[in-house]
Amino acid sequence: MRRVVITGLGMVTPLGCGVEHNWAAIKAGKSGIRRIESFPVDDIACQIAGLIPRGDGSNGTFDPDHAMDPKDQRKVDDFIIFALEAARQAVEDSGWKPTEYDDQARSGVLVGSGIGGINGIVEAGYTLRDKGPRRVSPFFIPGRLINLTAGYISIAHGYKGPNSSVVTACSTGSHAIGDAARLIANDEADVMIAGGSESPVCRISLAGFASMKALCFAFNDRPEQGSRPYDRDRDGFVMGEGAGVVVVEELQHARKRGATIYGEIVGYGMSGDAYHITAPSEDGDGAFRCMKAALRHAKISPDEIGYVNAHGTSTMADGIEVGAVERLFGDAAKTLAMSSTKSMTGHLLGAAGAIEAIYTTLAVRDGILPPTINLDNPNVETPIDLVPHKAKEKKLRYGLSNSFGFGGTNASLIVKAFEG
Amino acid sequence: MSEVAEKVKNIVIDHLGVDADKVVLEASFIEDLGADSLDTVELVMAFEEAFGVEIPDDAAETILTVGDAVKFLEKATA
Repeated sequence: MRRVVITGLGMVTPLGCGVEHNWAAIKAGKSGIRRIESFPVDDIACQIAGLIPRGDGSNGTFDPDHAMDPKDQRKVDDFIIFALEAARQAVEDSGWKPTEYDDQARSGVLVGSGIGGINGIVEAGYTLRDKGPRRVSPFFIPGRLINLTAGYISIAHGYKGPNSSVVTACSTGSHAIGDAARLIANDEADVMIAGGSESPVCRISLAGFASMKALCFAFNDRPEQGSRPYDRDRDGFVMGEGAGVVVVEELQHARKRGATIYGEIVGYGMSGDAYHITAPSEDGDGAFRCMKAALRHAKISPDEIGYVNAHGTSTMADGIEVGAVERLFGDAAKTLAMSSTKSMTGHLLGAAGAIEAIYTTLAVRDGILPPTINLDNPNVETPIDLVPHKAKEKKLRYGLSNSFGFGGTNASLIVKAFEG
Repeated sequence: MSEVAEKVKNIVIDHLGVDADKVVLEASFIEDLGADSLDTVELVMAFEEAFGVEIPDDAAETILTVGDAVKFLEKATA
């Protein structure tokens, strides 16, 4: 089987623009959750979100002009701009910019989103109602479609191989990276740009998730404390915006060109709950089978996993995931560390799996356990170290990242420290 | 330059993100100003909105340059 390694990383998240700023913020246990001020939220129960720091591009701020020509930005929803920025960083980082036709044909893009251009759809709906069909922009459709992330990225970088998207709610980013790795393993491409992007911070999606009572309502006055997985006072998830994109590559292809290798993707598991449209079953069966499938693919036993980046959204599902991990790991749970980086970023929905795969890769590479911040009073009893408050050092060989989505769609990725 | 021409020019600059000195009457939206077919549809929409007129599809197809737009809109708003 062809081996697949990670050779480029890119991200724009509430913790900043760029991998370096993100990793520094994660290690410092910083929160990227703030009060929403760019549109009215007085009538919405949740008024906080993980917001990308905007600016001129210095000090980890995000300048959309670096990702897309300003005249084109108004044609698309933000998730496409975020995806372009993360892809730009990842391609730059990997150094793979194919110009030969054959190289381009073996380089593809697989980037998805959970809910895509939901805000632009609402806006166009108002235009249709108030001004009629002749005023709906010709860019309305291409600026909202989820696979236009992959489309725009391929145009920007000349990647002419497989071009596709994943739409699996909060599992999107993990599925995209896993599916891309599989395309390479199956010899359908040599290099793939893969990941997820989301721009959900708008009135319509806040309203929708708030109606489900899925969002955090109790921390509008203390945004940085709002995302608190496993804590007694957790009150629902906090939405976040951003994108994570990696360049994954066949090992020999990466070696030949002397690429920097961050880690190896050795395991990918998927499962379906077949239970409920939004809630996981109480026994965590879907998560259990998903992680088991990833371990089977990696041909390793649970005790070899040193770190799990949890789905951990700061909801009732947190404890169910802990239970599934305990059941799978058995005695090995006692030496396992598992944390939720969503405590710092918020929940980036379709981008979550991608940014968390990157954090997991850096954790394994550097031997650092990201913390679960705001974990003051645990409401789960477990032998697993949930890494409260502060990052820790721990030598790691394998890390596992979990993502679970509405519809009962689950994905687990296993990243191995690169050992040659 | 007429008032209509000035308004057209500003709309073109705004929508296509091009330098003002390139937006001359002879300039073709697609050949000279880098527009694609979707941009031209949106431009026509912007003209309709700004001038409060309706530009039927068959008329829109004949508006290929800045001058075509100015001529059509001067007539339509006269």
